[in-house]
Amino acid sequence: MKILVSVKRVPDPETKIKIKPDGSGIVEDGVKFVINPFDEIAVEEALKIQEANGGEVVVISIGGPEVVEQIRTALAMGAERGIHINVDQPVDPAGAAALLTKVAQDEGFDLFLFGKQAIDDDANQTGQLVATSLDVPQACFAYKVEVEGDAIKVGREVDGGIEWIKVSKPAVITADLRLNEPRYASLPGIMKAKRKEVKEVTPADLGVDISPKVTVTGLEAPPTRGGTKVVEDLDELISVLRTEAKVF
Amino acid sequence: MSRTLVVAEVYEGAFVSATLHAVRAAAELKDKSGAEFDILVLSADASVADNVKGYGAGKVLAATDGAFGHYLARPWSRTIAAVAADYDTVMITATTMGKDLAPCVAGLLDAGMASDVAEIIDASTFRRPVYAGNAVATVTINTDKKVLSVRATAFDKAEPTGADSPVESVSATAVDSKEEYVEFEGSGGSDRPSLADANIVVSGGRGTKGDFEPIYKLADSLGAAVGASRAVVDAGWAPNDWQVGQTGKVVAPNLYFAVGISGAIQHWAGMKDSKTIVAINKDGEAPIMELADYAIVADLFNAAPELADKLDALKASGDISL
Repeated sequence: MKILVSVKRVPDPETKIKIKPDGSGIVEDGVKFVINPFDEIAVEEALKIQEANGGEVVVISIGGPEVVEQIRTALAMGAERGIHINVDQPVDPAGAAALLTKVAQDEGFDLFLFGKQAIDDDANQTGQLVATSLDVPQACFAYKVEVEGDAIKVGREVDGGIEWIKVSKPAVITADLRLNEPRYASLPGIMKAKRKEVKEVTPADLGVDISPKVTVTGLEAPPTRGGTKVVEDLDELISVLRTEAKVF
Repeated sequence: MSRTLVVAEVYEGAFVSATLHAVRAAAELKDKSGAEFDILVLSADASVADNVKGYGAGKVLAATDGAFGHYLARPWSRTIAAVAADYDTVMITATTMGKDLAPCVAGLLDAGMASDVAEIIDASTFRRPVYAGNAVATVTINTDKKVLSVRATAFDKAEPTGADSPVESVSATAVDSKEEYVEFEGSGGSDRPSLADANIVVSGGRGTKGDFEPIYKLADSLGAAVGASRAVVDAGWAPNDWQVGQTGKVVAPNLYFAVGISGAIQHWAGMKDSKTIVAINKDGEAPIMELADYAIVADLFNAAPELADKLDALKASGDISL
């Protein structure tokens, strides 16, 4: 099975982000960048499927030269080769999906594995957009993936439980949190990754227009709450809930 | 005159009331831009459309077809996009179904989409949480057609207007089958309110060590829904769909109890819009103890059941009503 996995470079989820004073973005100095956690889960699932069924895992990332670091990390985990789409401007989900769709059409894949959302813009759109433009079925928020010959059965995390659907190949699957525990890259894996192919292309090479459909015009800090009152005992808690918060 | 199409959520054949959050958002957009709104209902049973006719829509459009008995993104989005050809804005509540479906509609319409919209500034400018709720982005959709998924906790449910909208039928778009529904495994019969609708939520964290009895006792005394932190769900102590957090359920009840929860950014992002937040934790240094409105340093295994007993006594004497 030939599988395309995309990885996005995002701030480490453990980092407390700071917003630039002019609201144009976040402060990147001193911030560690990693593979988007959901994408890392997608890489792991792709590798597991490839190990069980044969085939090839291709990892792709969109961004400046710095995203090659995240491609190398996925290669060190075990992916076969990389594609770097070199862009020098912000790309919205529609632009990312257009680029991924073009690569998919040029190369042909049996399966697309993406994270369900990136933890920076929290958009949760790209996988669905790629499935739509390729007119292939999607199974988003995957909790469990079972390959059954030409079909793939996916348990999806939905409100109220798990929904099982069956999709034919090719298909788009987006990974939710509990699909698997991503492996760590081994030292031999890291050494090998250095020699693996990473092909660089630009949107112009692909003939894809990435002018944004959605523009972020500003970022600001969320409103803060009024501070914490520490109460001594349960009677005081009940009392403040009744008299101050007026919830009972 | 611009127009808005609200897509109703119907799951396993039943109308899902979370739809009414998107109806409220459409009514807000109408106040700001004058855009009238209609509501589209996809279902195998035409009568499901009756659920939304009392909420001020210009009309209710019913696409009734056996293919809509179970939700599947491809067939649903094709019919929605065909109907949406006559509209400027499409709105869907950002439930798991809305999040799955809305981008497909945007793709088919070649429309820009804003996810999880928390505030409508004007017909093309919106505000939405990013970076797990640590920042709020103002976004502009540059395309003529726009798709929005709206954050349920940011818009109250629409109230009935007392008048009925006319119901019209629209045709379903036939789609070749590349996917099939298999089954739904519900996460378990509970008589408690659902997390999305509850007025009060009691959530347990790692501090429970997997013993949720104190959480259940307090929740049942309060008539509350039960939630959990990611650590608890990852450990298998609670079902997946109990997880409150940026990547799980986002809730904003009147009253939220964080019991034995440290208050990781991820969790905070999922409940910080609650009206009043109470933390019960034996660790006075836990981050939640500086974030909550009220905090008590106590062992949850004593404090939660005792609080339940005290509340039960107050209820019995008629001093409080819940």
